[in-house]
Amino acid sequence: MSRKPYIRPVPKTSWYMKYMKHDRYKRYMLREVTCIFIGIYTAIIVLGLYNLSEGQESFDLFMATLRTPGALVFHLFALSFAFYHSATWFNVTPQAMPLMKGDDFVSGSLIIRVHYAAWAAVSLVILFVVGA
Amino acid sequence: MARSHKPIIWGPFAAGGTLAALIMPVLIFVTGVAVPLGILPPESLSYHRAVAFAGTWLGKLILFVFVSLPAWHAAHRARITVHDLGVRLDNIVALVVYGLAATLTITAVVALLRI
Repeated sequence: MSRKPYIRPVPKTSWYMKYMKHDRYKRYMLREVTCIFIGIYTAIIVLGLYNLSEGQESFDLFMATLRTPGALVFHLFALSFAFYHSATWFNVTPQAMPLMKGDDFVSGSLIIRVHYAAWAAVSLVILFVVGA
Repeated sequence: MARSHKPIIWGPFAAGGTLAALIMPVLIFVTGVAVPLGILPPESLSYHRAVAFAGTWLGKLILFVFVSLPAWHAAHRARITVHDLGVRLDNIVALVVYGLAATLTITAVVALLRI
């Protein structure tokens, strides 16, 4: 190749300052930061398991901490971001794992709907097991 | 052709992302909102009930999977995002985020084995 293709320069570190005015980049970043909330919540569960292994006193103290306003606010934020993760994750499943049936692709909306149905079913089972 | 280690990282990322998408909203709602606010009775997450659940091998396995896969997913997404934001220290970032995920996983295993 003798011709040099034009490569539009994109700044390595400050591209988001320039592009963040576009909604798609905002949505992308919003999706990516869901991992912070999922990571912290996972750490909270591990902390709970550790306290559970320490005995009743530790575990009751842990559960009392979850009732503090700060913990509640965090969990409400985490809940919204977890919902956002679920929706964005399931909405791209047709692209992430396209399914062939015979010569045709299975319709994307069907794949998405099956995932949402599974999400609802799993949530109801967990609610039932905990609440029963 | 050089072998890529990407599938090893991608497999748990995809599995963890799917598992997190399925379970995280309801888990956060139950442990972080419903029980603390009394929407669900406090006995539903009492010490005795939690020990009874985590005391069985099935309970331990479920809790181990519920912790380790989402932790790995979050770590991998954090690594990619940090790269996207222009930090070009991938080896260090990978070490930190995967190290955190591994620490959470190991702590969970140790705690579960003690219950």
